[in-house]
Amino acid sequence: MTVAIDTHGLRKRFGSTEVLAGLDLSVPAGSVFALLGPNGAGKTTTINILTTLVRPDAGIARVAGFDVAASPEEVKQRIALTGQSAAVDEVLTGTENLVMMGRLSGLGRPQARDRAAELLERFELTDAARRRVGTYSGGMRRRLDLALSLVVDVPILFLDEPTTGLDTRSRQELWNVIRSLAAAGTTVFLTTQYLEEADRLADRIAVLDRGRIAAEGTADELKARIGGDVVELRGADGELLLELPTDGSVHGLRAAIDLLDRSPASAIDGTQVAIRRPSLDDVFLAITAGAAASAPELIESK
Amino acid sequence: MTTLTTTTATTSTPGTGIAPAPARAKLGAFTAESTFIARSFRHSVRDIDAMLMAVLLPTMLMLMFTFIFGNAIDPSGGYVDYVVPGIILLCAGFGASSTAISVSRDMTTGIIDRFRTMPLRSGAVTTGHVVASLARNLVATGVVIAVALLVGFRPTATPLEWLAVLGLVALYILAITYLFAAIGLAASSPEAASGYGFILLFLPYLSSAFVPVETMPTWLQWIAENQPITPVIETIRGLLMGTPIGDSAWWALGWCVGIVIVSVVWGGWLFGRRAGRR
Repeated sequence: MTVAIDTHGLRKRFGSTEVLAGLDLSVPAGSVFALLGPNGAGKTTTINILTTLVRPDAGIARVAGFDVAASPEEVKQRIALTGQSAAVDEVLTGTENLVMMGRLSGLGRPQARDRAAELLERFELTDAARRRVGTYSGGMRRRLDLALSLVVDVPILFLDEPTTGLDTRSRQELWNVIRSLAAAGTTVFLTTQYLEEADRLADRIAVLDRGRIAAEGTADELKARIGGDVVELRGADGELLLELPTDGSVHGLRAAIDLLDRSPASAIDGTQVAIRRPSLDDVFLAITAGAAASAPELIESK
Repeated sequence: MTTLTTTTATTSTPGTGIAPAPARAKLGAFTAESTFIARSFRHSVRDIDAMLMAVLLPTMLMLMFTFIFGNAIDPSGGYVDYVVPGIILLCAGFGASSTAISVSRDMTTGIIDRFRTMPLRSGAVTTGHVVASLARNLVATGVVIAVALLVGFRPTATPLEWLAVLGLVALYILAITYLFAAIGLAASSPEAASGYGFILLFLPYLSSAFVPVETMPTWLQWIAENQPITPVIETIRGLLMGTPIGDSAWWALGWCVGIVIVSVVWGGWLFGRRAGRR
């Protein structure tokens, strides 16, 4: 199995809203794949279709080689999902949650207990193991939520915005876990709004915009799409005043600097000019232009 | 945000690997059901407030009717014998209605999505809620009957009739549980779901539970005689106290089985519609 997930012309409509308008995806086995998009782009709907929760209106989706519509049970054997809202049982303790999941995955009682202890240790929840999950902090819940998806070995793991609401340290930890899973051969399909997350974690990134894949490739490929370096003008306190993308040529750079000269912002005392490589933000904004409200003014002047 | 790519450094900590996970194995015949039943039992036991409410409320109502209104309604002092069957149903019904809260909570927290993406028999989660509700409410009913016996309830039932009462109460609990499981799916939140439980606190007043139907205005009589609780109460009263049952038993069975069937179909439809849309 070299392709873990592939979809062709996937469509889904809820009422009068077309959420997916013909989605084509291909995720190689053993890779980390990030589906990047603004709110409402259709990320969760895509995950819901791939994890058999929602039926597509049209198109084909195959997960681990099985059609999600025709053989949902085969798909379910091979996946785990950590959804957007923490899917944990708040009345049960951390241990009880994990043991329950172990039992539901076919582990014997002692084996389920051992595995629960192991995962609690791994996710630094041992101290809270006997507490009801209702008393956990957001970060702890999220960690338990992920632990619940790792009770048994699955070839494909779906994570819907796994680090939303986590502090920096928890996010780093989660990234490490995802990396080590991928290193061990698990295919990880995640959605995120964070460009940094996609950039640092994913082997391949697809940008989802209004129900379609607007761009796909490695982080470097996507950055290359937007062309050359970005000229930025910063104020005396380091605040960003202007951002001018260039096409990478000397001519383009000169044109940007000319534009800078004419800008009233450059007349302010203490401003500094720097040239940097484009970030995924630039790519993202360029691709989903219009959908993002915070797009820097001149980004589209290219 | 624009400089993220240049300022970040990978901080991969060594030793973050997880012990190799065991493989998913085939479940025993009823492992899923027994696991979900155990889960729902834990929920029941830990929700002490709901448990107390389900037992205390009907008990207080019974004491109130027996000692405050009882003598005014029936000066001979035999009102407790009349009212207990109604109180039993009020207790069982109100208790079972909390299933709506459990189901709604499952739906809104997203845990249902986790279960649904696992290779489990659909309906196993509901089975857990239903079995726990049945056990919980039979216990509550037992407590209510015990208190009733303490305050002078003197049933004339034979052991066989007691068994029939148990069976009918269990069937009634199942009907209300399945109905409220569906209501839990339809409700927008657990709070909204809990509101519907009050239907079962008041529906018994529009039946023969507290006063004979004949004492009501004609238009109300029609409602009281044709609503599902009346035949169930009349059957239980007949079994416990030896009053005539007539065709009430068949009506009671018909209503309960009918409610179960309609609720299961409605619930299945709602589940399919709501799944994956939060």
